[in-house]
Amino acid sequence: MSIWEYANPKKFMQTSAWALPWVAGLALLCLLAGLVWGFFFTPDDFRQGSTVKIIYLHVPSAMMAINAWVMMLVTSLIWLIRRHHVSALAAKAAAPVGLTFTVIALVTGALWGQPMWGTWWAWDPRLTSFLILTLFYMGYIALWEAIENPDTAADLTAVLCLVGSVFALLSRYAVLFWNQGLHQGASLSLDKEENVADVFWFPLLVCIAGFVLLFVALVLMRTRTEIRARRLQALLARERLA
Amino acid sequence: MIVEHLAVARGGVPVLEGLSFRLVGGAALILRGPNGVGKTTLLRTLAGLQPALAGRVSVPGESIAYAAHADGLKAVLTVEENLRFWAAIHGTDSVEAALEAMDLRALRGRLAANLSAGQKRRLGLARLLVTGRSFWLLDEPTVSLDAGSVALFGSVVRAHLAGGGAALMATHIDLGLAEAGVLDLSPFRAKAPAAGGRVGAFDEAFG
Amino acid sequence: MWALLTRDLRLAMRAGGGFGLGLAFFLLLAVLVPLGVGPEGGVLGAIAPGILWVGALLSCLLSLDRIFALDFEDGSLDLLATSPMPLEAVVAVKALAHWLVTGVPLTVVAPVLGVLLNLPGTGYGWLVLSLMLGTPALSVIGALGAALVVGVKRGGLLLSLLVLPLYVPTLIFGAEVVKRGAAGMEVSVPLLLLSGITLGAVALLPFAAAAAIRVNLR
Repeated sequence: MSIWEYANPKKFMQTSAWALPWVAGLALLCLLAGLVWGFFFTPDDFRQGSTVKIIYLHVPSAMMAINAWVMMLVTSLIWLIRRHHVSALAAKAAAPVGLTFTVIALVTGALWGQPMWGTWWAWDPRLTSFLILTLFYMGYIALWEAIENPDTAADLTAVLCLVGSVFALLSRYAVLFWNQGLHQGASLSLDKEENVADVFWFPLLVCIAGFVLLFVALVLMRTRTEIRARRLQALLARERLA
Repeated sequence: MIVEHLAVARGGVPVLEGLSFRLVGGAALILRGPNGVGKTTLLRTLAGLQPALAGRVSVPGESIAYAAHADGLKAVLTVEENLRFWAAIHGTDSVEAALEAMDLRALRGRLAANLSAGQKRRLGLARLLVTGRSFWLLDEPTVSLDAGSVALFGSVVRAHLAGGGAALMATHIDLGLAEAGVLDLSPFRAKAPAAGGRVGAFDEAFG
Repeated sequence: MWALLTRDLRLAMRAGGGFGLGLAFFLLLAVLVPLGVGPEGGVLGAIAPGILWVGALLSCLLSLDRIFALDFEDGSLDLLATSPMPLEAVVAVKALAHWLVTGVPLTVVAPVLGVLLNLPGTGYGWLVLSLMLGTPALSVIGALGAALVVGVKRGGLLLSLLVLPLYVPTLIFGAEVVKRGAAGMEVSVPLLLLSGITLGAVALLPFAAAAAIRVNLR
């Protein structure tokens, strides 16, 4: 039994129909628990006051913004190499979700930045990178929308995703070179004690799990929609043929 | 050129299947069939512009010259410049012969923009001669040609065949090529999967 | 290959080829920016490197969709794809032709516009050098974008949406060279990075663009 079995749309539809309610329910549970815990049962930070609590939205969405693009890159590669339609459709389904996470990260960042840095926006490397990431997402989504033939669109967006990934990475380093910035270091790293105390850390982990599950649930749902749309197209094409 | 059990698809939907034929040097084959049966799709597939759904096409490498509906002419270049470009791309030097054959000598210095539709078509067909290739794939070559030009083109094709070349063309007009075979594509129309037809890549996985 | 290059150059030079449009746009930008920003020389001099690089980028963008769209419409691209010339070479040559008719003229007139924008005297050499090294990348990246949208009707706006994010690293390093050069600072790091991007793009992107064209033709 190979993992590629799930690339068959029928198998995928069966499995995802079974998995979707569980993933969605778990996502809801984690988000509820993590956010309530984070917002109401953690102490205020001695320097940042209660504003620090926005990390429970900001950090997970920022992580998922990047992870979504990486997932699109992997699924695009699978499409280019193995020609599994579900893979291409999953990439298409993930893009708007990734874009939304990017925008959430930017907006929550601005809300946090205003009291902390005294400005809604600064051309800091991290912020700038995220802004550039939104542009990449927009271009990718627009290319999908513009091309009628679904297989052509899948091929071309996969090429764009590949090349875009390289240039997104280049942009990241270019932006770092361009301005050293005032954003704090990553909140999450192996030596997390230095950045975040345990009281903040555990609810944050729950929130991150919630966002990951939410992403999976949304992508599953949207991929199912895309598969049904393709099926509809196939049936219509067959009708014209008959 | 040997074609075996070929199936071709347009936009992911199969249009022709189970097509087998053989075309040898000196022979011509005329494709017939109603509009939309897949003549253009078949020619584009044979030219290597799109992948076949199934089957095999064996043809000597770099021997196909394809002439589509569009002639690939640049309006701001002269007749001669247009031809010289394609001759250079194909590494041949037969521009004069091509001009002569398609009766374009007098127009050589004229911009392609100032040619009539029929003259443009003649220039587009002259391009075939400068490719130096032996298998011609022609998609409605006689569109907008007058009777005289059709006869001229018929003789050019005949000369090409006499020189060992071959031609596969989709056309409704009689070129006066008595020796050409006719291949009616209607029987090879792809059947719907429900009727036991082939499933295209488009709905291979979605059926 | 030579034939394709000379044909593309000839097409660009003849009537309706669009040669000079990009240059005119570049000039216009250099006139409009001071009108918007104000005549204060210090301010203009400080933003001149960035304005000139952004201007070069946008002027380059103007003519990108012509790289393949015209050949696609009149059927030449089909014929080129079935010709003995590899499609990768077709892409590379067409990108080269685009660079010769946009990148090179932009590089040549940039110092004149630098005068209009009060660019400090130490910056001119670096401006020309950075544009010389950076504009080939703009043409090749643009060729990829043009290849992606060649089958899309009225793809101009989409093309800019796809291409401009890809221009970010080139813009940053290119403008950085001029900024540092004008301030009399060390420029070797951004200059090397800029050249690296150009070399990488020129070496690899023709393959991606050729793949995109093959997909669009089928």
